[in-house]
Amino acid sequence: MLSSPPARAVGKTDARKPSGTVATLWERADKRVLALVLVLGILVAVGGYTEPDTFLRVNNLRNILTQSSIVGVVAVGMTLVIIGGGIDLSVGAIVALSSVWATTVATQEYGFWGILVTGLLVAVGCGLINGLLIAYEGLVPFIATLAMLASARGMAVWISDGKTQRVTVENAAVTDLGLPDARVLGIPPLVMIFAGIAILGWLVLNRTSFGRRTVAVGGNPEAARLAGIDVRRQRLYLYVISGLCCGIAAFMLTVFTGSGQNTNGNLYELDAIAAAIIGGTLLSGGRGTIVGSVLGVLVFTTITNIFSLNNLQSDVQQIAKGAIIVAAVVIQNRTSRTAAET
Amino acid sequence: MAAPAPPLLTMSGITKVFPGVRALDGVDLDVRAGEVHCLLGQNGAGKSTLIKVLAGVHQPDGGDILWQGAPTALKSPVAAMRIGVATIYQELDLVSHLSVTENVFLGHEPTTRGWLRRRTARTATADLLRRLGHPEIPPGRIVGTLSAAGQQIVSMARALSHDVKLIVMDEPSAALDPDEVDNLFRIVRDLTAQGVAVIYISHRLEEIRRIGDRVTVLKDGRAVARGLPARTTPTSEIVSLMTGRNVEYVFPDRPPTQPSADHPPVLRVEGLARRGEFAPLDLEVRAGEIVGLAGLVGSGRSEVLETVFGARRPTAGRVWVDGRPLRTGSTRAAVAAGIGLAPEERKSQALLMRESVTNNVSVSSLRRFSRAGWMDHGAERRATREVVRRLSLHPDNPDVPIRTLSGGNQQKAVLARWLLRECRVLLLDEPTRGVDIGARAELYAVIRDLADSGVAVVLVSSDIPEVLGLADRVLVLREGHVVHTAPGRDLTEHDVLDLVVASGAQDRSGKETE
Repeated sequence: MLSSPPARAVGKTDARKPSGTVATLWERADKRVLALVLVLGILVAVGGYTEPDTFLRVNNLRNILTQSSIVGVVAVGMTLVIIGGGIDLSVGAIVALSSVWATTVATQEYGFWGILVTGLLVAVGCGLINGLLIAYEGLVPFIATLAMLASARGMAVWISDGKTQRVTVENAAVTDLGLPDARVLGIPPLVMIFAGIAILGWLVLNRTSFGRRTVAVGGNPEAARLAGIDVRRQRLYLYVISGLCCGIAAFMLTVFTGSGQNTNGNLYELDAIAAAIIGGTLLSGGRGTIVGSVLGVLVFTTITNIFSLNNLQSDVQQIAKGAIIVAAVVIQNRTSRTAAET
Repeated sequence: MAAPAPPLLTMSGITKVFPGVRALDGVDLDVRAGEVHCLLGQNGAGKSTLIKVLAGVHQPDGGDILWQGAPTALKSPVAAMRIGVATIYQELDLVSHLSVTENVFLGHEPTTRGWLRRRTARTATADLLRRLGHPEIPPGRIVGTLSAAGQQIVSMARALSHDVKLIVMDEPSAALDPDEVDNLFRIVRDLTAQGVAVIYISHRLEEIRRIGDRVTVLKDGRAVARGLPARTTPTSEIVSLMTGRNVEYVFPDRPPTQPSADHPPVLRVEGLARRGEFAPLDLEVRAGEIVGLAGLVGSGRSEVLETVFGARRPTAGRVWVDGRPLRTGSTRAAVAAGIGLAPEERKSQALLMRESVTNNVSVSSLRRFSRAGWMDHGAERRATREVVRRLSLHPDNPDVPIRTLSGGNQQKAVLARWLLRECRVLLLDEPTRGVDIGARAELYAVIRDLADSGVAVVLVSSDIPEVLGLADRVLVLREGHVVHTAPGRDLTEHDVLDLVVASGAQDRSGKETE
């Protein structure tokens, strides 16, 4: 047994910090998340001011949520990958390939479940390939997922022959989920799925040993390795998870649009990465929150909505998005620099 | 004797303070043109800092530098290069994916109005390589593909591509074969014949005898002897000058009885070797024992530790933990078998700097606190708190970010990680590096306690008194060979330095038989 610690002179005690529940909550709160909530609040105010008749209607707000849901699911997977020290540029392409493969004539004969399972398997398969190349073959994530981006997108064009693949009448069960008045527990099904995935992602990150290992591998892979963590296997799992999220998003897209198109998921990677970054996830790995990414997605979707309601060009939207990303990263750099100096 | 030439370089009273440590405490050094002036001293004596001051990398906090009699301020490496001081560091600062020529002329490429004169550079490089005795190295060869010796030649070529008056060489022979060392000496003699001065840092006394003119010994940031004749000063005198520190060491008592030989060893190593790093080595550590590996630069101590831990793959040999063979070359296997490592570079190799103390301490024991992946935060915090208290970690609130802890407490957190995992073998690589002198006594007590609780401890440290004071048994390493084994209490720092510094030719021939 360890001997009792040697008697030490009692040093000066820390100055007592202000106590009380509110004070501790403020201390513990992630300031970045609060900032995002504030931004969202401002955006809602701007929306309500510029287009009072249309923006604040329930229909519109529900639209915002539904549109966020699809990219949001992808963003959850992307957040985990980035926290783990990687990046996945292929998410948009995987969504395309998954939705195209799931809606081919052959697959549609297997009905609702055929469509769902095929899409998921295809997406998970892509994630597995990414993971194996990156974790075990040692490819740089940027390069490996860039290659997957090109291949998956190309395959999607090839399989669909460039055409839109409509969901057949027999499989109306799929599109029924996307009807405006479809509800599960009072919430549109797509939003429900997004909420479920986000909660699951949060639980995995914060309540499981898997989440801990992810943070360790992303924060300091060498230390994680020397602490006994299987760094390669962890990275593999993360890319598989990202693939799975893409598969789910692809299914949601099929539900929403009633079809599979090779142009699906266009620029999702940009949106997902951007949402993660403005949500406080560090590109270098080891830090990030699901809540932040969710808010990030909501912020971007709200901006898109306000822009289109105000009839602004989509290119202006892209410029605005770009500006926000830059601002977010600069702020992130400044705050992490001061933190590192302590 | 004729009046000696006025010194080329005079450093007087050089002081350099880093947070928490006085690296140089009033060092005097004078170097004459055309001489080989050797600098000797243990790790931490201040040699590296002194040459960095000379190279313009560090600015001294006190003292003067006279160059050719005139006061000079070396504000940057460029300033040092301009006056003609070139430094060849131990960790060669070459760009490995560029060619020899590109490296030699890095930063001062011959140009005409901005355009590179590549042929001029190439011819000049070939010329330099020939002068250095290596005409066979093609100037276009990528540096990363050269051997250590070849890269060192490139480094020297780079130094000589300037109009150099003083070259500083930091442990140049550490990576060289005996015939390459002969070539090195030939080059040094050529240079000195042309009036270039050389500062030669090495702990190999036999080399200093061969090539040196004068010797200055550093200890604890001071020059305890200046300008001693290199060939005639007795070894015992030099070793004595290197020995002994100002620091008060406080070591915990060793247990009265050592584990008896009938208890099987927890860690057993047989014939473990890595070609080029260390020769076949045997080691046995019992529960409750602290075995120390002592030695200076190039002795292979850290490499041995990393190989046992599986961070490096051995070229020969086997390891057993608790009698079970261990799969070498895999840190996961080592951790699973019950070995823990506190690495040399705490911040980059062990700690998750953005995380709390709890997360750092529990990272190797996640399975213990999770069921089917689901974390039991309560159990985790309770266990962490307990371990943190046992090691007297301060502050004892495990939720604080680890970066707010002092060096000593961060090191305790690393030890706590392995204590929490109830490891059987603990490997410590420079455990008191970056730890306040005052906090070291506490760390020593913690290490002793860990051993007393049944852990087998292997300790590597460049601080010889530390190893001798803490370890029950000490292996002295030199150039990758174990040259002596003895109980810690039976060895003095002088003995160890004698073995490590003064052993001569016989070790070299031993190496050649590999």
